[in-house]
Amino acid sequence: MRLISIFILAFALVIGVNQASASPVETFEFNDEVTKIRFQALSKELRCPKCQNQNLADSNSPIAQDLRKELYELLQQGKADSEIVDFMVSRYGEFVLYRPRVSALTYVLWFGPVVLILIGIIVVIVVVRRKPADKKALVLTSEQQDKLKDLLNDK
Amino acid sequence: MGKLIRFLPLILVIALGVVLYRGLSLNPQDMPSALVGKAMPAFSLVTLNDSEKTVSQTDLVGDIVLVNVWATWCPTCKYEHPYLVDVAKDPQVKLYGLNYKDDRDAAKKWLEHYEDPYVFSIFDEEGTLGLDLGVYGAPETFVIDHHGVIRKRFAGAIDTRVWRREFEPLIAQLIEEKKQGK
Repeated sequence: MRLISIFILAFALVIGVNQASASPVETFEFNDEVTKIRFQALSKELRCPKCQNQNLADSNSPIAQDLRKELYELLQQGKADSEIVDFMVSRYGEFVLYRPRVSALTYVLWFGPVVLILIGIIVVIVVVRRKPADKKALVLTSEQQDKLKDLLNDK
Repeated sequence: MGKLIRFLPLILVIALGVVLYRGLSLNPQDMPSALVGKAMPAFSLVTLNDSEKTVSQTDLVGDIVLVNVWATWCPTCKYEHPYLVDVAKDPQVKLYGLNYKDDRDAAKKWLEHYEDPYVFSIFDEEGTLGLDLGVYGAPETFVIDHHGVIRKRFAGAIDTRVWRREFEPLIAQLIEEKKQGK
């Protein structure tokens, strides 16, 4: 029992250490809890322009550090989330958004999967409905019926 | 019709293969700049060589301008440097430097040691202009027309091949536009 708890403790420590080393080491002082939560949400939502598959919260690259600082300052200035997102997009393009906005350029991205599912459903419906029609073809014509009877009677 | 449907999955797989194969040769770092077509952002910064001299976006208007983002901490900038020296010899374009998040003394020494191709270098120690330009690394080069509108952003090193492919046609076009007084 004791051994198990030591294992669990060690495991928790390893995980804790890993998480600590994965997150960047800056400290920002926030006036209130809401701003802090907004900061965390935005830095997860915004993508690091240099390291393409990391968000600002994850990345330790110099540009991500700069952008976190900028994000912090914009929040301190009392900017709204949408203003901050516009600020970033006007400089780094739509690319910085992990959830791209709905526009003519991103219609395929947003609605493609829905369209594909609809096509799939239509295909399934068509295939299922065609079955009875195939069965009809299995019904013998009267000539064939007669022939069958002959064959059976021969036996 | 029935036969064609039988081949449909094969056709779809081939089409998907072609799309994915094309994707292999695309450069994911190649992002269009959000600033193309927009005016050069406003700034007021000192030059690298003279900490008393303040320059702003108006100093860049009137000519076909290249703004090259560079720093001494950037190895690729060293690679690109001799090509920039060549570019600077072209009287039809003006090459300005944007010394990005760098140490002033180190940057000055660099320009003394190699050659200074720039009309002047803007000294952007904090990276504020860099941020407004959407710079996320160095080197990057912006092409600005004679109205002060950003026409191109190129991330990466310039060499003869890149210059011919990416810059020469655009600059020829801009020179033409300027001649026609557009």
